[in-house]
Amino acid sequence: MATFRIKRFNPEKQPEPYYEEFQLDIPSGATLLDCMNQIKWTLDGSLSYRMSCRSAICGSCAVKANGHALLACQRQAEHIIDNDETITLEPLGNMKPVKDLVVDFTPFWDKINKVKPYLEPKEAPPEKERHQSPQEFRLIDDSSTCIMCGACYSDCNTLEVDDNFLGPAALAKAQRFVGDSRDSQTLERVKELSEPGGIWDCTHCGECVERCPKPARPFDRIKEIMTVALDKGVTNNVGARHAMSFFNSVKRSGNLNENRIPVESMGFFNIPGLLSLVPVGLRMLLKGKVPPVIHHSIEEVDDVKRIFKELDQ
Amino acid sequence: MIQHDVVIIGAGLAGMRCALEVSKDLNVGMLTKVYPSRSHSGAAQGGIAASLGNSEPDTWEEHMYDTIKGGDFLNDQDAVEEYVKAAPRIIYELEHMGCVFSRTPDGKIAQRSFGGHSKPRACFSADRTGHAILHALHEQLMKNAESVKIYNEWYMHALIVDGDRCNGVVVSNIQTGEVEVIQAKAVVFATGGYGRIFKITSNAFASTADGVMAALDVGIPMEDPEFVQFHPSGLYRQGILFSEAARGEGAYLLNGKGERFMETYAPSRMELAPRDIVARAEQSEMDAGRGVDGKDMIHLDLRHLGKDRIMERLPQIRQLGIDFLGIDCITDCLPIQPTAHYSMGGIPTDKFSHVILDEKGTRMNGFFAAGECACVSVHGGNRLGTNSLLDAVVFGERAGKSVLEYAVGIDYGNVNEGQEKARVLEKFEDVFQRDGSESYNDIRDEMKEIMMSHCGVFRDEERLKVCLETLKGLQERFKKGKVTDKGKVFNTEIYEILELGNMLSVAQLIATAALRRKESRGGHFRTDFPKRDDENFLHHSMVFATPDGLEIKPKPVIITKYQPAERTY
Repeated sequence: MATFRIKRFNPEKQPEPYYEEFQLDIPSGATLLDCMNQIKWTLDGSLSYRMSCRSAICGSCAVKANGHALLACQRQAEHIIDNDETITLEPLGNMKPVKDLVVDFTPFWDKINKVKPYLEPKEAPPEKERHQSPQEFRLIDDSSTCIMCGACYSDCNTLEVDDNFLGPAALAKAQRFVGDSRDSQTLERVKELSEPGGIWDCTHCGECVERCPKPARPFDRIKEIMTVALDKGVTNNVGARHAMSFFNSVKRSGNLNENRIPVESMGFFNIPGLLSLVPVGLRMLLKGKVPPVIHHSIEEVDDVKRIFKELDQ
Repeated sequence: MIQHDVVIIGAGLAGMRCALEVSKDLNVGMLTKVYPSRSHSGAAQGGIAASLGNSEPDTWEEHMYDTIKGGDFLNDQDAVEEYVKAAPRIIYELEHMGCVFSRTPDGKIAQRSFGGHSKPRACFSADRTGHAILHALHEQLMKNAESVKIYNEWYMHALIVDGDRCNGVVVSNIQTGEVEVIQAKAVVFATGGYGRIFKITSNAFASTADGVMAALDVGIPMEDPEFVQFHPSGLYRQGILFSEAARGEGAYLLNGKGERFMETYAPSRMELAPRDIVARAEQSEMDAGRGVDGKDMIHLDLRHLGKDRIMERLPQIRQLGIDFLGIDCITDCLPIQPTAHYSMGGIPTDKFSHVILDEKGTRMNGFFAAGECACVSVHGGNRLGTNSLLDAVVFGERAGKSVLEYAVGIDYGNVNEGQEKARVLEKFEDVFQRDGSESYNDIRDEMKEIMMSHCGVFRDEERLKVCLETLKGLQERFKKGKVTDKGKVFNTEIYEILELGNMLSVAQLIATAALRRKESRGGHFRTDFPKRDDENFLHHSMVFATPDGLEIKPKPVIITKYQPAERTY
C-alpha cells in the first residue's frame, strides 16, 4: 500500500492549499497517471489534473512528483516511490495554481510567442519541397521533439528568481528556427535572443535537461544558440562578453581572473555598467572577499594552452 | 454573447488547417478542450501519405486504388480521387510552412512503406509525424495570432440550429465553469474520434464522441459507425500505439511459437497487409491459443533492424517500450495486441465538407465537418495507415474553402442566448441532482469491457445483442451516477461525466449498425457472416436518432473507376 500525498487547492473553497493523503495499492505496471486516475475515479472525484494522450506526446500531464517535474503518464509509479512508500504530488512550479495540480500556462505560452516561433523562409516557396539535407535536419531534430509540457519551465532555477527570463522551453523552440537551414532570420533571431531575458541569463544549472521527458533537452539547445550567436559576431552584450572573458581567462592562465571577468563582461567603455559594480565591490572588500590583485596562472598552464590549440585545429 | 464569423470546434490537424484557410478573409474563433499542441493528431507516428515518388515512382492512381481496396470498396470514389490528387500539394505546403520532415540523402522528403500501400509513400518525421505537422500548423496560427482567437480548455455542449441552418454553439470555459453562447455564421466540427469507448485503445482521454453526439442531437445522422479500426500494434494491456512504421521498416509479427503467422493470412504483403487484416490475424492466433505465453499477446520483433536504424527512424517507440515496459526493442520483442484506433464513421459530409442531413445528400446550412469526426467517406470500411493525417489536412483545408464560399457576405442567424444557455445549465444541474447510487467509473469500465469483447475485432449476432442489452442497462445506471465535485473551477469530473454520456450513446450506434450489417467488410467482421455481401450491403449506413429509437437507412456508395473486386493480399 502506497501513500499519495497530494497538494490540494480549490479557490472556491479556501484560499490556502493543503496536503491530503490517499492510500492506494499500486497495480503492477501502473504508471503514475494510472494511479492518479484510480484515486480520482474511486476515492475522490474532485481531484483535478490535466491528462490526455497517455503516451508521452501531448504534454498535458506534467506534475511535480517528489519535488521534481515529470510526465505522469511516462513513469512507472513503482519507480518514483520514495523510501517511505510515499509519492508527493504537487502542481508544476513557476506558474500559478488554478486548482489542485492544474496550473495557469499563460506566461509559458506568452514566452513561446515572444521568440517568433515560426519559420521565416528565405525565399518564395518552390513548386515542390525545399531541400534540406539529413545533416541539416539533424540540427533541428531534437528541438522539434518538444511537447510543451512545461516540465523544464516548472523546475527552471532562473525563472524562480527572474520572471523576465524566457525560460528553457521558449529558448529550445527558438533553436528550432535558429538551426533551421530554411530560415532567413538567423542573425536577427540570435540578436534578440542575446538581449536580457534571453540565452545569456541561463545559469547553466542543467535542471531543464534533467526534467525534459523528450530529447529536446533545452540547455543543450541554449548552448547551440550561444554558439551561433558568437559565430555570427553577436558579442556586443554582457552575456557574450562574459562568456568570452571566461574563455580567454582560462585560455591565458588556466583559471579564472575574477577581477577581470566582471569588468570585461560589462565592457571597458560601459561607464554606468562599471559604476554599478562599485557597491558590490565595496561590500566584497569589507567582507574580505576580494580576489588577489595579482592573478597567477596555474602550474600546468602550458597543458591548457595545448588543449586550446588542439581544439582550434 | 461571443460572436465570430466562423467558429471551429477542435484544434488538431483538421481544425487548425481549416482556421488558417478561413482566417484569410473572416474572423475565426477556434475552440479546444485541451490546447492545440495537445490535440490527439499529435500522437500519430508513422507518416502522411502522398504519391510524391521520392524514393520510387508513384502515381495518384495507385494511391487511389490502394485506398479503395484497403477500404473494401466502401469508399466514395469521387471523393477519394480528389483527396489523393490533392495530397502532394498538401505535403509541399506543410513543408513550406516549416514542418520538419525526415529527408532523403539528396534533401527531399523521405518516404517509407506502410500497410496496404503498394509504394513507399509515407512522408514522415522520424516516428512523430503527427506531432511535427501539429506543431507546424500551430506555429502558423501563432504567426497569425490576431486573426484567430483560440479558446483553450473550452468545451462544446451543443449546436444551435434554426430549421436547416446552424447559427452557433453553446460552450463552457473549463477553467471557470462559465457557460457561453458563440454566435457564428458557420460552424466547423473537427472534433476527432471516439476510441475511448473500448477497453484497449490507442486514443487519448479526450477522444470521446462530443462532436458526433452534438450533431445527432440536432437531427443529423451518423454515417458508418460500425466501421471501427483496430490497430495491430497497441502496447499490451495499455493499448498505446507502436507505430505501423515499425513494420514499414521491416519488423516481424511473431506468435507464441515464434512463427511469422502473417504467412497464413496475407502471404504477399505479410506484416504490411492493411490493419483490419493484420488485427484479425492476431486475434485469430490469440483465440486459437497461439498468443505469446498463451495470453492475448503477440510479439513485435524489431531486433534484426539493428540499433542504428531503430535510433534514426523509430526512436520514440523505442523509448515508449523502455518507459512503459522496461523493454528495449533493440534487444527484445515488444508485447502487443490489437487496439481500437480509428473511427471510419462519423458525421456525414459531402466531398466539400458540408455536413449532410440525409441519405440523399441534402446539405445542412452553415455546418461543416472535417477530419476523423467526419465521414466523407474516403476510407470506406477500413482506413490505410498514413491516410488519416492526409484526410485531416486535405479536408481541413477544403472545409475552410467551403466555409469562405458560404459565409462571406451573409448575416448572422437568430440566436436566443438565454434559452440556449439555460438548456446547457439544465444539463449541468441534472447531473448535479442525480441520486448518486451508481459509480460512473464502474459504468465506464463495463462499457469499455463489453464493447471490446462483444463489438470488437470479431462480432456476431448473439454477442451484439448482449452488447446492446448491456448498454441499455448502463444508460439507465448512468442517470443515477454519483458526483463528488459540484464546483465551477476546473471541474474535470463533470466533463468526464458528459463525455461518458456521449460515449454510451455512440457505443449504442456502433453496436446497432453492426447488428444490421450482416456481412464482413473492412473493419467490420461478423463471424456469422464472414463474407462480403455486395448484393445486399454495398452501401453506407445512415443512422438517425428518431423518437422511436435508432433508424438506419442505406446511402449508395459512389463508384467511378474501380468496380468492387475480391480483396486479397
